[in-house]
Amino acid sequence: MAILTKEEAKKIIDKVLAFSRADEISASLSGSRTGNIRYARNSVSTSGETTDMSLSVTAVFGKKSGTATINEFDDASLEKTVRRAEEIAKLAPDNPEYMPVLGAQQYVNTNAFVAGTADINPEYRAKAAFGSIDPSSKKNLTAAGYMEDTSGFTALGNNKGLFGYNKSTSVDFSVTVRTADGTGSGFVQRDYNDVSKLNTSTATEIAMQKALASVNAKALEPGKYTVILEPTAAHDLILNMMRNMDGRSADEGRSFLGKKGGQTRLGEKLLDERVTIYSDPANTEVPGSPFAADGRPQEKVTWFENGVVKNMYYSRFWADKKGVKAVPSPDGIIFQGGNDSLADLIKSTEKGILVTRFWYIRTVDPQTLLYTGLTRDGTFYIENGQIKYPVKNFRFNESPVIMLNNVEAIGKPVRTNGSLIPPLKIRDFTFTSLSDAV
Amino acid sequence: MQMSGLGLGAMMLSEVPVVGSPVAEAQLLAPWLDAATKKKLAETALNAARDKGATYTDVRIGRYLQQYLFTREKQVQNIVNAESYGIGIRVIANGTWGFSATSDVTPDGIAKCAATAVAIAKANSKFQKEPVMLAAQKGVGDKTWKTPIVKNAFEIPVKEKIDLMMKVNGAAMDNGANFVASSLFFINEQKYFASTDGSFIDQDVHRIWPTFTVTVTDKASGKFKTRDAISSPMGMGYEYLDGLASEKIAGPNGLVGYRNSYDMVEDAIMAAKQAKQKVTAKSVEPGKYDLVLDPNHLGLTIHESVGHPTELDRVLGYEANYAGTSFATLDKWKTKNFNYGSKLVNIVADKTQPHTLGAVGYDDEGVPCKEWDIIKDGILVNYQAIRDQVQILGEKESHGCCYADDWSSVQFQRMPNISLKPGTEKRSVLDMIKGVEKGIYIIGRGSYSIDQQRYNFQFGGQVFYEIKNGEITGMLDDVAYQSNTQEFWNSCVQLCDKDDYRTFGSFFDGKGQPSQISAVSHGSSTTRFNGVNVINTGRKI
Repeated sequence: MAILTKEEAKKIIDKVLAFSRADEISASLSGSRTGNIRYARNSVSTSGETTDMSLSVTAVFGKKSGTATINEFDDASLEKTVRRAEEIAKLAPDNPEYMPVLGAQQYVNTNAFVAGTADINPEYRAKAAFGSIDPSSKKNLTAAGYMEDTSGFTALGNNKGLFGYNKSTSVDFSVTVRTADGTGSGFVQRDYNDVSKLNTSTATEIAMQKALASVNAKALEPGKYTVILEPTAAHDLILNMMRNMDGRSADEGRSFLGKKGGQTRLGEKLLDERVTIYSDPANTEVPGSPFAADGRPQEKVTWFENGVVKNMYYSRFWADKKGVKAVPSPDGIIFQGGNDSLADLIKSTEKGILVTRFWYIRTVDPQTLLYTGLTRDGTFYIENGQIKYPVKNFRFNESPVIMLNNVEAIGKPVRTNGSLIPPLKIRDFTFTSLSDAV
Repeated sequence: MQMSGLGLGAMMLSEVPVVGSPVAEAQLLAPWLDAATKKKLAETALNAARDKGATYTDVRIGRYLQQYLFTREKQVQNIVNAESYGIGIRVIANGTWGFSATSDVTPDGIAKCAATAVAIAKANSKFQKEPVMLAAQKGVGDKTWKTPIVKNAFEIPVKEKIDLMMKVNGAAMDNGANFVASSLFFINEQKYFASTDGSFIDQDVHRIWPTFTVTVTDKASGKFKTRDAISSPMGMGYEYLDGLASEKIAGPNGLVGYRNSYDMVEDAIMAAKQAKQKVTAKSVEPGKYDLVLDPNHLGLTIHESVGHPTELDRVLGYEANYAGTSFATLDKWKTKNFNYGSKLVNIVADKTQPHTLGAVGYDDEGVPCKEWDIIKDGILVNYQAIRDQVQILGEKESHGCCYADDWSSVQFQRMPNISLKPGTEKRSVLDMIKGVEKGIYIIGRGSYSIDQQRYNFQFGGQVFYEIKNGEITGMLDDVAYQSNTQEFWNSCVQLCDKDDYRTFGSFFDGKGQPSQISAVSHGSSTTRFNGVNVINTGRKI
């Protein structure tokens, strides 16, 4: 049984805590069942299912800590694991940045667990794959896709009164559809907590349309263009920016949030005033974990408000040193948007390029958050509010900071990769070369 | 796709792939099952699968050990000792693959696991369009193979390793670094392979990767610059860290290259000095330059622009939804005159070169390892293929490049070492630079990105030197080059000789869904490419 109830999990954790003689003892118990199905060339290539449950125990003496893990849960095994964690701790070097464990915390309720998703079985997966393969092969197109579903729980506890429990489910689906001659390619991605929202056939239709529409792409000169980034494309660049909002790096002068004289940009307007980004574990569309791995509560946090840097995230050690609140890094973000759909954004565009997704994004300069990468699986030229023709893929060199200062329009956010991200219309987006890749 | 590269020395600890569970340090040296026990267990699996209807079975009983150490400045951040063991059983039933794995390495657990593998094969066979065609492999009987290490890294006490890292960090700080993060990675795969072909192969594989990132910050300007280690991950033991003078290659302007022995402290001193120079280095003027590429840089370009596109599964479309497909299509290969590069370009695949990450005796399908040509005199002549693929190339024998990153993962085609042969004419780096009028000498792996069919790429580096009229004139910053794979390899005009040959490595190369890691080396000597497009990556925010 990989999914324990709150009571079952607490019973095991309480036993672990009672076994310990350490100054501090904490335990993290998690279990999951993950299934997947992969297909390519219109045929299933691999499928599997893994069930796993493990307990991680951390014992602390002074500033020395040690961790041991086990996947057996009888009393003798639990005690053995506690002893092993204690032994490792005693041999460990002092950690000068060690922070005492947290006491009891209040956590928000999230509704991330959906029974229907937890019930997915191999037959469901095979049908979901067939639902994607069948329409593709009927149109002489080639589908390659992957679906992974997970249901799991995490429980945390320590000897200073902290206890937390969360269970969640998720399903991730993506498919790349290519024309038989390889001259057209389309992509679609979906992710939900509730599998009843996923229809692999409907989703695949979009990838099929893009594959067919992207044949005979024309080459445009590289340069600065107005682009409409679909949420999947916008997500990848924005998340890269969010991963660099560590307060310590900024304080140390090695982050895009650092500046001349050793100060940080906290409180400064850095992005267009229409940009507001926050995280909220209680959001019903993208529920996040109610706690971070170290037990800190995840709360609603505003990272950018009307373009102003409002928060950075911190380790508990660094926050303590700086006398600021130890805000943990977020588990998914919400980019506030308007009501315009992707179609509305296209309609209002005189000349521009529609980008389905980006590929192989890598940091070029961490100082300016300059990234490079390429467009992929559906890039189209827009003129007078209409998609005119497919264009060859571009390599870009662009910073999300510059991009979010060149905002023309923000559409209605949709769920992508566990975040709510709107389609964005951006002017002067920098494409630096052409790619022959389809 | 690959995870190694830019700034890994400073990468988030949570991003480092750890397979298995934390254990005490001493557990890493504790003996596991002996070969006779493993053979008996393997036979249990082979028999159980045959009884359920399998026509072919292979078994991998594996124990995977990892020790990772992370420090910054004067403190230890984390020490990971991890162990993972279990058995993976792969079968063919009804002409279809089935795979199952379990950590319950008892006769009962193994029999159940074998039955599951056969059941999955039979279930999937309903959707199978073409039955698996497996290239014949004669059984090799009982064999053993071990990475030829001198010092087992797992036998070196943690304290000695931490002392070295503190020395490295101290050397960087004393020479002008504001921050330094150093890491040591050690891996030992103890794997026993058995198949119905009659092979029983016991292998003990070792890998090592020492690395760091040095950061210099300049308060006045708000600028910060980093320089990563120019070490290479290797298929070696702790002896790689001996820093032998005989394995150092003296370059221009006091630069040093490392062959099969690495001086981590010396490199940290150099890194701190170079990071400081980068703060005030001249921003590059964009345009066409002749590039002189050090092996520690060129290895990644080889990996991305030759290694990945010649993986046969990519060419066929099996990776279309993730890593992508390939421009190096079968029809191009069939012409026998597809000019991948200039006549100087000879690229070989191998799983045998000593000290490399790819070197093993047998692959994870029990095929003895070998060397073969991928590009000969500039022409694409072959791919990387395993037992169920080689017939597509009209070959009867697998190339022997099948790998699984754990006992619980199913093995599939993974990149062998892919290396550029050195030049046959005597030539040092200095000789090469002397002939360059307007060029850039690039050392170390930096930013890297390539499209999903491997045409268009962009690479950065760790340090860049401007070459004017045959001489290095100073350091450059904001450099990246963009090219097209075929155009780039056809602009290859000169190679240094074998005395300059070194390997570069990728320790955490990713492929597949769910993703698996793999380690691979790329050898080359310093090489010159003419007229490559260089862009300026400087921006203001």
